[in-house]
Amino acid sequence: MELVYAICVGFMSACGIFLMLRGHTFTLVIGLTLLSYAVNLFLFASGGLTIGAPAVLNSSENYADPLPQALVLTAIVIGFAMTAFAVILAMRGRADLGSDHVDGIEPFDPLAEEKS
Amino acid sequence: MSLFDHLAIFPVLIPFIVAVALLFPGLNNSLNKQRVVSITANVLMVVVAFSLLFKVQGEGIQVYALGDWSAPFGIVLVADLFSVLMVCLSAILGLAVTLYASAGEDKTGAFFHSLIMFQLMGINGAFLTGDAFNLFVFFEVLLIASYSLMIHGGGKQKTQANIHYVFLNLIGSSLFLFALGTLYGTLGTLNFADMADKIPLLSDNELLIAKSGALLLLAVFGLKAAMLPLHFWLPKAYSSTSTSVAALFAIMTKVGIYSIWRVHGVIFGDQAGELANIALPWLWPIALLTIAVASIAVLASKSLKVLCSNLVIVSVGTLLVTISLNTVQATSAGIYYLIHSTVACAAMFLLAGLIQQQRGQAEDRFVAARAMSQAGILGFIFALLAIALIGMPPLSGFVGKALILQSVTKASQAMWVFPLVLVGGLIAMIALARAGTSLFWQTTGENTSALKSHPMQYIAIGLLVGILPLMVIFGGTVNDYTQLAAEQLKAGLSLQQLNEVAK
Repeated sequence: MELVYAICVGFMSACGIFLMLRGHTFTLVIGLTLLSYAVNLFLFASGGLTIGAPAVLNSSENYADPLPQALVLTAIVIGFAMTAFAVILAMRGRADLGSDHVDGIEPFDPLAEEKS
Repeated sequence: MSLFDHLAIFPVLIPFIVAVALLFPGLNNSLNKQRVVSITANVLMVVVAFSLLFKVQGEGIQVYALGDWSAPFGIVLVADLFSVLMVCLSAILGLAVTLYASAGEDKTGAFFHSLIMFQLMGINGAFLTGDAFNLFVFFEVLLIASYSLMIHGGGKQKTQANIHYVFLNLIGSSLFLFALGTLYGTLGTLNFADMADKIPLLSDNELLIAKSGALLLLAVFGLKAAMLPLHFWLPKAYSSTSTSVAALFAIMTKVGIYSIWRVHGVIFGDQAGELANIALPWLWPIALLTIAVASIAVLASKSLKVLCSNLVIVSVGTLLVTISLNTVQATSAGIYYLIHSTVACAAMFLLAGLIQQQRGQAEDRFVAARAMSQAGILGFIFALLAIALIGMPPLSGFVGKALILQSVTKASQAMWVFPLVLVGGLIAMIALARAGTSLFWQTTGENTSALKSHPMQYIAIGLLVGILPLMVIFGGTVNDYTQLAAEQLKAGLSLQQLNEVAK
């Protein structure tokens, strides 16, 4: 289970980072969302993965670490708010600057003329 | 328990309550009421911050266990000499910024005072907290307030700079969480004191994971502190935002520096066993390069605000040098320089705002334009601040730089630090002299408008400028204080000590 979990987190982070290397706000927001999913899963696993164990003392023999779950909850809330802000900012940028490139203008592309 | 026992949480609680109160209809629809409440709250915060400072000085470190849950299970606020000094600094800066903005800059958009309060809450919380995850939360509080403040008033320039700033910091926040997860996975705790206790006990195969977590944290704090090569966002962000916000942001880079000090200077410091001082081999070249690159950028600046932003980066480099020297002497000098550079840079930003106001179309760019209507007084303040920022006697910049150079003892380190800091000062002198010449003397005609800046704006600048000579006159007292703060910081705090103090 650990291996599958690790591969999932790694793959999502890789996709998130790949998307964030693009220069447009839309892909940036998607990349950021993927990365925050990955980091939430990563945080959840930081206390060790246990199956069928509640995060409550004295209710069963073995119990899960409750702290990562609390951390994840906080991280999800903060991540959600931040993503919402980023989306609004991206829309504002598109409206103000006339382009959704992060620099406000499309960079000069020497190949564009050859194609057309 | 009297109210006085809860003093440590007031610097977080006051701005929070005031910020929320300012959102309610009774206050929200009257700008004048907002100004009065906001300025009163800031004065109150200065009083609270200084009474906390005297309390810590008299009774030693104050530990405040939130909800009375003892560490490491609950979150604690730790007010020691260093953190409480930073809280005082942010309170004074907050007061100056609110005064300046109340003269009219807060009219450009809604919720200005509320956002300033949330920002101060985040900054104070980040200084006081004794828990790594809580540090993350306060970072996010101060960041989301800063995102909105930076774009406050709107405009193309601001939106564009804001997009870079917001996305970079969001990536930084994700990395912060990755680092915290990694550290929690190996150490099983995120309480600073407990982390410091457990790091020497790590087994061999956990060392590498903890090390990568710690260095990831360095990258995150480095982004906030604007250290090379993560500083490219700063000049544009600081120079395009409104004046009062830029002045408040002068302390934001210092939050990053402060966190590096706490985490990499102490937790992963001398007592960390195998992982002792892991950040230092990285910090040393980065610090020197930051000074060098930022000094070149200072020369190339085309307006006063950009120049000032680059001076902020130079001061970040200088502070990183004092961190990587890793002695009590250097830390003490660093804390002194930190106060000086924050106050001087913030005052310079406020002054740039006034100059921008009085020059009309030319704003603060270094081009010939009509004379300013109050050129005399503005020029005088500019000269004072320039002396302080260059590091010439008699103001605090000189004392700060002298203390830093004095703390360099090894010849191999002096070889790099002396030339860079001194040539950096020379470059600042050339750049500021050129700036002053073109702003005040290259005029294309007499001033015709009777535009005067609001007296409140002068009071705000005077408040900050007044600190600089005071830091020299009471240099001995301040230096003794920073010395004690540095010793306390370097000695660290174990969980046992922490819990004893909490009782």
